[in-house]
Amino acid sequence: MTKRNLHITVIAIFILAFLAGNLIEPKFFNQGVDYLNSKFSLGLPHFWQIPLRLGLDLQGGTHLVYEADLSNIEEKDYSATMAGLRDIIERRVNVFGVQEPLVQVQEKKPYYRLIVELAGVKDVEQAIEMIGQTPFLEFKEQRPEEETKKILDKREEVKDMTPEELQKVEDWEIIFEDPYFISTDLNGKYLKKAELGFDQTTYQSLISLQFNDEGSQIFKELTAKNIGKQIAIYIDNVPISAPVVQEEISGGKAQITGKFTIDEAKKLARNLSAGALPVPVKLISQQTIGPALGAESLDKSLKATGIGFLTIILFLLIFYRVPGILAALALGIYAVLVISLFKLIPVTLSLAGIGGAILSLGMAVDANILIFSRVKEELEQGKSFGISLEQGFTRAWPSIKDSNFTTLIIALILFAFGTSFIKGFALTLSIGILISMFSAIFITQNFLRCFEGTRWEKFKWLWK
Amino acid sequence: MDFIKYHKIYFLFSGILILASATCLVVFGLNLGIDFTGGSILEIEYSKQRPSNELIKETLSELDLGEIYLQPSGEKSVILRLKDIDEATHQEVVQKLGEKQEVKERYFESIGPVIGKELKEKTKIVIVLSLIAIVLYIAFAFRRISRPVPSWQYGIAALIALFHDVLIPIGIFSVLGKYQDVQITIPIITAFLTVFGYSVNDTVVVFDRIRENLIKNPGNDYKEVVNQSLNQTLIRSINTSCTTLFVLLAIFFFGGETLKYFSFALILGISLGTYSSLFLASPLLVSWLRFRKKV
Repeated sequence: MTKRNLHITVIAIFILAFLAGNLIEPKFFNQGVDYLNSKFSLGLPHFWQIPLRLGLDLQGGTHLVYEADLSNIEEKDYSATMAGLRDIIERRVNVFGVQEPLVQVQEKKPYYRLIVELAGVKDVEQAIEMIGQTPFLEFKEQRPEEETKKILDKREEVKDMTPEELQKVEDWEIIFEDPYFISTDLNGKYLKKAELGFDQTTYQSLISLQFNDEGSQIFKELTAKNIGKQIAIYIDNVPISAPVVQEEISGGKAQITGKFTIDEAKKLARNLSAGALPVPVKLISQQTIGPALGAESLDKSLKATGIGFLTIILFLLIFYRVPGILAALALGIYAVLVISLFKLIPVTLSLAGIGGAILSLGMAVDANILIFSRVKEELEQGKSFGISLEQGFTRAWPSIKDSNFTTLIIALILFAFGTSFIKGFALTLSIGILISMFSAIFITQNFLRCFEGTRWEKFKWLWK
Repeated sequence: MDFIKYHKIYFLFSGILILASATCLVVFGLNLGIDFTGGSILEIEYSKQRPSNELIKETLSELDLGEIYLQPSGEKSVILRLKDIDEATHQEVVQKLGEKQEVKERYFESIGPVIGKELKEKTKIVIVLSLIAIVLYIAFAFRRISRPVPSWQYGIAALIALFHDVLIPIGIFSVLGKYQDVQITIPIITAFLTVFGYSVNDTVVVFDRIRENLIKNPGNDYKEVVNQSLNQTLIRSINTSCTTLFVLLAIFFFGGETLKYFSFALILGISLGTYSSLFLASPLLVSWLRFRKKV
């Protein structure tokens, strides 16, 4: 590389670092721009603002895992049902005004799950209530009498048995089924809206339902089939009312009467129309981080990062003198690049992510140390500064490559593992390792080259 | 420095540690956290003063919560560990605790047993995958050296070092789990897996140097070559471990609860990794060669 190209490269590195630095904290740049604008009215724009995304554990929030019960759905419709479920829950979650709520389907046979992440939500209890208690509405029709009898008889038969004995009885599972009613295709999925109403004669509060076109059709067929029989309306698997069908009903209107208070009916109607869930869901895991704990974690981890960073720089300066200064500078640029990459990609920074980033900071120095040790050895053999530099780099490269590679392999496997803690850690660690290789090979090397052929190279003690 | 001369002492030292760790592991087992077993963790901050453990247990005695483990945290907080509870029970618990004085919920986590079991399975798979990947990588990286020690022996030596670097911290955690109630959680597993990578990384740098020196001076005595390589990489090994340990110590002391034992596991693993790559893996290669010559 010619001297001129080298200088251009080094200047490019500094420009990159300057841009990255402003990406992290544009305040000073913007102040400068404001000053210039007010002085000369240039109308310069402010620097690009990208927020750093913080994970739940750093800003507080809740992570909920729901399991969907798809036993009433045909297998080919599983994905569509889950997508529908996600949309409805997303709508409900949006009511909270949470920044970027995350609602995600996780399909891993045989489990179908929904992951809801609400960052910075104030009232987790209410949020969970609104998501989880979204009623599951279902219409059921009467079971044929012989089946009812069979279930009831079976129940009578096994009444006094221990669970072990019970399992030996033929068809014992049927005792858990509802003896009187059987599920139909009509459920909350087909609901268009639900409203609070009052019975004209008794003034009892009721909920009037309006189905969509598809639902109206199903309702019509259902009523036609069941004239003179009962149709039961279940909410969350609890029978609410079971009116007798008088005639075929078209137009898709139905009423739920029950012993509601006005408040209950109002809430139920609101929840039903906001989107009754197509399938029942169950909260199987939750993690809630209070805002105070989040702020504390952020504070502490930043402090740890700062202390770690300063210690490394001190160490480099004491042990490696001039190269140490350059390595410290390279490390500073490394840190700025890594953080701005986190913003650009964007990486949601969690506690685990910070852990990975700090660890990569320690490892980033490794490449520099490998190079310096090698350069030192070459110098000690009496080679010239330039040759020592080039050979030191060439010889250090296989070790840098091999050693980072093993960590990178592990990081990739960890990333594929999937749990969010591990993912965050593996991602920032990988980014850190890649940038650290770049920083050692490209930034430190070019910095060192700048001293080639200058007066500085004569002071050998500075480099050894 | 002659690394090979006292190899018997190093081997004995590592052997005793490994044996002790294995014994602890068998006797105490691992104290698995709720990530793997299912259960709940609740951290509550009292506004005035933290009541005694007995009082807290008494307050909650009406609810059917099974066994409750209490652990004071900070000045006014307490961490409760119990079986996995649903949202309604959770609210009931918080309300009960807040009857006498106002409380703030700092943290709550509840994991159902199914998820715990799944994570356990997943973790096993990841550990096996990581090991396979590491072995394949070492076999690949050292495919070109064959004299006087065949390349697969480098792989075996690196694996023995890896085993050493991971088993001893696990043994220490099993003791901590028994006496300090430190649990094995996802972060700690992550740390162990990172040690996999780091341990091999450290060993590979030394082996790289051996490879290079063997090519440069083909006639030299193998023992001499290994010793020379160790001396050449000594400063680097120590310096790199130091910088990594600096940041890890910073996390350990200042980084807060979540990352505390995560960094501790890494500190153990990395210190041992540095030790084993200098005093275990490479001397093993020499002893191995000597053994084969005798036979």
